[in-house]
Amino acid sequence: MPKVTVDGQEIEVPDGATVLQACELAGKEIPRFCYHERLSIAGNCRMCLVEVKPGPPKPQASCALPATEGQEIRTDSQMVKTAREGVMEFLLINHPLDCPICDQGGECDLQDQSMMYGRGATRYTANKRAVSEKYMGPLIKTIMTRCIHCTRCVRFSEEIAGVDEIGALGRGEDMQITTYLEQAAEHELSANVIDLCPVGALTSRPYAFEARPWELKKTLSIDVSDAIGANIRLDSRGREVMRALPRNNDDVNEEWISDKARYQVDGLQRRRLDSVWIRKDGTLQKAGWDEAFAAIAAAQPGKSIAAIAGDLVDCETMFAAKALLSAMGSDLLEGRQTGMAYDVSNLAAVNFNSTLAGIETADAILILGSHIRWEAPLVNVRLRKAAKRGAKIFIAGPRWETTFPAEFLGEDLGFLNDVPQALSEAMTGAERPAIIMGGAGLAAGALAPALKLVEQFGLIKDGWNGFNVLHMAASRMGGLMLGYAQAGGIADVADAKPKVLLALGADEVDFTNFGDSLKVYIGHHGDKGAHAADIILPAASYAEKDGTYVNTEGRVQFAEKAVFAPGDAREDWTILRALADTLGVELGFDSFAQLQSAMIAQVPALGEEGLADLGALPKPDAKAKAQGSISAYPIKDFYLTNPIARASAVMQRCTAELLHGEEILEAAE
Amino acid sequence: MADRSPQPDSPELRARWGSFEFSSEYKAKADKAIARYPEGRQKSAVMPLLDLAQRQVGEETDTQGWLPLPVIEYVATYLEMPAIRVLEVASFYFMYNLKPVGKYHVQVCGTTPCMLRGSDALFETCAARGMFKGHVSQDGLWTLTEVECMGNCATAPMVQINDDNFEDLTPERLDAVLDALAAGESPKAGTQEPGRHTSEPSGGPSTLKQMVDANHDYRSEW
Repeated sequence: MPKVTVDGQEIEVPDGATVLQACELAGKEIPRFCYHERLSIAGNCRMCLVEVKPGPPKPQASCALPATEGQEIRTDSQMVKTAREGVMEFLLINHPLDCPICDQGGECDLQDQSMMYGRGATRYTANKRAVSEKYMGPLIKTIMTRCIHCTRCVRFSEEIAGVDEIGALGRGEDMQITTYLEQAAEHELSANVIDLCPVGALTSRPYAFEARPWELKKTLSIDVSDAIGANIRLDSRGREVMRALPRNNDDVNEEWISDKARYQVDGLQRRRLDSVWIRKDGTLQKAGWDEAFAAIAAAQPGKSIAAIAGDLVDCETMFAAKALLSAMGSDLLEGRQTGMAYDVSNLAAVNFNSTLAGIETADAILILGSHIRWEAPLVNVRLRKAAKRGAKIFIAGPRWETTFPAEFLGEDLGFLNDVPQALSEAMTGAERPAIIMGGAGLAAGALAPALKLVEQFGLIKDGWNGFNVLHMAASRMGGLMLGYAQAGGIADVADAKPKVLLALGADEVDFTNFGDSLKVYIGHHGDKGAHAADIILPAASYAEKDGTYVNTEGRVQFAEKAVFAPGDAREDWTILRALADTLGVELGFDSFAQLQSAMIAQVPALGEEGLADLGALPKPDAKAKAQGSISAYPIKDFYLTNPIARASAVMQRCTAELLHGEEILEAAE
Repeated sequence: MADRSPQPDSPELRARWGSFEFSSEYKAKADKAIARYPEGRQKSAVMPLLDLAQRQVGEETDTQGWLPLPVIEYVATYLEMPAIRVLEVASFYFMYNLKPVGKYHVQVCGTTPCMLRGSDALFETCAARGMFKGHVSQDGLWTLTEVECMGNCATAPMVQINDDNFEDLTPERLDAVLDALAAGESPKAGTQEPGRHTSEPSGGPSTLKQMVDANHDYRSEW
């Protein structure tokens, strides 16, 4: 723990800290462009210069200088001020003065820092350098003349994403950042380089020229495109969500989000259900709320009513539907739309127990049927970190392109009964072994046999639980906590032949099994569920309502309402509350606050943000045998996994260009 | 400065170079270069391998050699590294030609010492033979590039042609060198000054004269 003096203030800093970090600990702001906490140190922008004694009598780059005992650091001397002005002047020599037409304007590091630390006027009169634009795919717009060569994007794609595709060609003044042969950046986290870029060189293509940061309303929200529950900020103007940006949360998403989480928001404007529809003579026709409610009441469901929750719904919606059903005397609740029926009698067995931050400390990982890159891109980032620290990773299931060294064990699950020696040795010899069970593994019935391995591999250790299930739906853990599961899965619901089926944004259900039921779709997009429905009640998407979400590690998080739902659409719980009146039952709440208290009274864990305590893992079933194989993963197209993404033009373009390789010809400008 | 962008990707380029592989002779040299580094650090050999690849391309095309994109990709595959990382190296160092060159790559130094000693006249000599900066001459024999200091200031002006330096040049001496090369001969590399061996001071030593024949202790004179 070296002691250093920063501007006369003596502080103790952790071993291995840099001078820049020491200054930050002392509360000093050090301007920087290339340095980033989550990337390796490059030391090439020179903006973080400070004066350090003992040392050469010249300013030194604080980001790359280790803090050592007895250093005297000055960040406020004349030398530092002059040095910063000099560096800023050099950076601005070739930077165009096009802030008025630059999308980064208002949230630009270069703009802010030149105001804070720059000279105020230029002395440069010669011609500026110009760089041709580089194509980087449908999400990233490039104006490379603005690039200041910080190489954050290069380091991100190499270190975090693990897909080496961005590089710096040439040198000196001629250095240019580009992808190889200007191919599109093709991975699930590519757009994070837009946030990393300290200037306007890499900006968002779909958001180009749409809005200025100061005219946007910022709302704290939770991403619903996968089960990770990435913390996002929704920027909205009027009734439109303009963009989604990641928020820092080291426990969940660090500061990244997937391209789908970021760019599906334009789908919130398209294919929206904004009025009530009733199927008459085989075709859907516009109707009013009263008419729709009357039609549902006319079906006289009584006890024969069921609810199926979709992948994107919040806990409050599911609780409201549950309250309605229990008031009617039914408990036909299910959330696993595709028919999975794994045992949920113990929720710890279907939870990501290592936690997302914890999995990167694992040193031997067995992945059972999960295409991690598509099912949870942010977990893939963690796995890459674990692999870099030396973790051995084994994958059972069809091959996919990993971003870390991994051994594929084949598709057959038989190995779970008789574990091969190499795998067994790696797992038992590890200090923090982990199993990650994916959707394909659950579908293949591998949960019970895998639980048998908990003891064999020693997955439970002091302060470590290495048994993980990786879900894909934002609503899954919340739904399971609220009892949205039947022993036999959705087949049990179908067998009960309910008179009325409430589909809460459920778009992946095979509705042909519910031929005789009155299908009421309460959701926000005209997708598969709405096509099959008899009555459509327009509801709110995740951006249009407050709601609680539980991610795959059992973390309870709260999202706020950013905008109002379009047209006649209402927040889901109000629809269910009104429906209860028509059906003549009491739900016990009249406001959102009352609903939440009732929900928390029933499931106390939902009332507290943070990890829910789901108890210990169950005793394994000694008779469980693994059978069959994993021949495919559930996600066929990363960009089109939910109704919002399917409605999004940006996601459609991504799938066409990045997954199916179609040439998208740019319209002549 | 020379254009450092790679030769554009095209079906013709792929057809010509797509099947590039090291010949057995070059493969042996490449593997030797890789063996210099520890296991798993084979990427460190990217620079010698690019040079070898460029030389093999040179042999195949009877030029100094250059690096078409498929060849760069071949080197990347050979070293199990991403192509962009290899292209970064190839575009950084001027010794790698990213565009086709002539049989002789005439690199005339135009930095101050050489300029003061008459490099402008050397450019004129080259121009008289139909060479233009950055272009291959009509007969495919020459590529002219102006380069920055090559570290031969004591024997300025100088020209580097493929692997050899030619120093102490005048337009006539350069003409003689180029004539010899064009005739398929190998002119003497190094200084062209009669009586001079390497970069020793012309006209004999001007300092430390007493050390020319035997060791001499100057310390008592300090």
